[in-house]
Amino acid sequence: MSTSTSVAGTRLGAGRRASAAGPGRPPSKHPLRVRVFGRHPYGGLFAVPYLVFVIGVFAYPLVFAVYMSFFDYFFAAPGAQVDRPFVGLDNYVQVFTDPAVLQSFANVGVFLIINVPLTVLLSIVLATALNRVVHARVFLRVSYYVPYVTASVAVIAVWLFLFNSDGLVNNILGPLAPNPSWLINPALAMPTVALYVTWKQLGFFILLYLAALQNVPDELYESAATDGAGKIRSFFSVTVPGVRPATVLVLLLSTIVGANLFTEPYLLTGGGGPNGASTSPVFVMYQQGIEQGHPGFAAAIGIVLVIVVLVIAFLENRFGEGRD
Amino acid sequence: MASTSAHGSAPTRIRPSARSRRPHRGIELSRGQAILRGVVLTIGAIVFLFPFYYMLVGSLQREPDPSVAGAFPNPANLTIDNYVAINGRINLIEGLVNSGIFTGGVLLCTVVFGLLAGYALAMLQWRGRGATFALALLVQVVPFQLLIIPLYVLIARNYGLADNYLGMILPFAINSTAVIIFRQYFLQLPKELFDAARVDGAGELRLLWSVALPLVRPALVTAVLLTFIGPWNEFLWPFLITKDASMQPLAVSLANYISNVASSTANPFGAILAGAVVLAAPVVVLFIIGQRYFTATDLGSSVKG
Repeated sequence: MSTSTSVAGTRLGAGRRASAAGPGRPPSKHPLRVRVFGRHPYGGLFAVPYLVFVIGVFAYPLVFAVYMSFFDYFFAAPGAQVDRPFVGLDNYVQVFTDPAVLQSFANVGVFLIINVPLTVLLSIVLATALNRVVHARVFLRVSYYVPYVTASVAVIAVWLFLFNSDGLVNNILGPLAPNPSWLINPALAMPTVALYVTWKQLGFFILLYLAALQNVPDELYESAATDGAGKIRSFFSVTVPGVRPATVLVLLLSTIVGANLFTEPYLLTGGGGPNGASTSPVFVMYQQGIEQGHPGFAAAIGIVLVIVVLVIAFLENRFGEGRD
Repeated sequence: MASTSAHGSAPTRIRPSARSRRPHRGIELSRGQAILRGVVLTIGAIVFLFPFYYMLVGSLQREPDPSVAGAFPNPANLTIDNYVAINGRINLIEGLVNSGIFTGGVLLCTVVFGLLAGYALAMLQWRGRGATFALALLVQVVPFQLLIIPLYVLIARNYGLADNYLGMILPFAINSTAVIIFRQYFLQLPKELFDAARVDGAGELRLLWSVALPLVRPALVTAVLLTFIGPWNEFLWPFLITKDASMQPLAVSLANYISNVASSTANPFGAILAGAVVLAAPVVVLFIIGQRYFTATDLGSSVKG
């Protein structure tokens, strides 16, 4: 991602500005203080609330999750002294042997295989089409991101109604309607969830691609046209490579969305049904950690999931940069 | 078009020419291609909007009508009974108030502390600035829901903040994307302006409040819109942390209704869709009003870091 480059850019800028300090504050006046704390040491104070927040809500819980995953951790009243035995890797062994957990990971695999390519394909096509539109531009843009900004709980209600056994979709399909219906069919439940999430998130990814398209120089299209490339050809040889950084970002973010899947299996398929065909790791974490009181085991699922996501993200990043 | 260019007039846009580039010389679409593009875009719009239309129609039907004809409102079958029914099962006003407090708390913390952090990241030089910015980017890549178990143990069990607004707000308090948007906008402000004010003896807080803030008002709207959808739509966290129905945001009480008690209502789908309309309406209205602050350029600068 652009993380490293932009951070480097910031440092560069900081250095430039420090050396060209204003006439009111020559850098030589407090050389040591400036060198140790920077020109505005209280700048750190401005960021303290945010840093405390990030440490309290992200860093510490992450460390705590790792700790918990090595113990038979269970809930107790606040302040109560209870014995929570160290169990080593038992929780992790269980993650890799529990069929419900393995199935949830396989389900997310199915989800990602459908959702990620579909998201990239549809959002790049729609963004390219939308980019040159003059009429009704605002209307189209707003209608594309309305699903993204609306609560999943609200739109799931409509999808339940639409994809019900005797819902509108099956009524339109008539004899082609799947039996059993979409959300209660073991083979179709997860693909339907993937389709739903693609639809829900697409507007945001279209915005990302629209932003990236503004940075593709017009000259490239012009020279492609001069070289006799048609619309389709210039789409593949100018647009697609031109928005590659955005594609990497879309790949990463849609993978993270997949890893976070909870509301959809919980509500759309009534708790990951049928027979666990649409459970997700986060849903199993909820069942195991909160409902059944095994937070240590649930934390171990979470750690494994983070590692899997990081590996996928790394591969996507390599894939995205590899063809430059 | 016109509405987005209003945005381009912010003090120092990085890409002022982004909008004016169009239309392209020499690479105009042929008539057939333009029609094809129009068809693709129209199908897209229908696919995105139809479920919302259907939500509204379904919420007004006395009898649920899943047939094709049922997609068109039939005056004989229209009623607002579903809204009365859902309000009888879950207190809509209470749910909206809880959602509002949850969202309002997050917005307040994000605007106050996020602005401070964004200002410090863009305008001030201090030790640890690069690391803090890297952290803000990194946080966006951490799948938040994977932290629910430790957060639940800490907030609900150790701190005893279950069924408490503070416990609801805490994990979302400062939106990192908003921090990055603020930083991005502050970076575009002319440095000379601030140096001059500093020479005149203005403190940094005063600079932030009376020089920087008025200049980044569009960023404020963008950040508020983007932050709003997080807590308003969030389901999993408030679902875990609230067991008391009178404390639940609307998304949670509607979800509980969908998964537990809907079948005991005469027209369950009508009642569910009525609740969905109430939950969706504030956000949809907000984003239609504020659409010119939620464009590719606003978000693009933030996601590209």
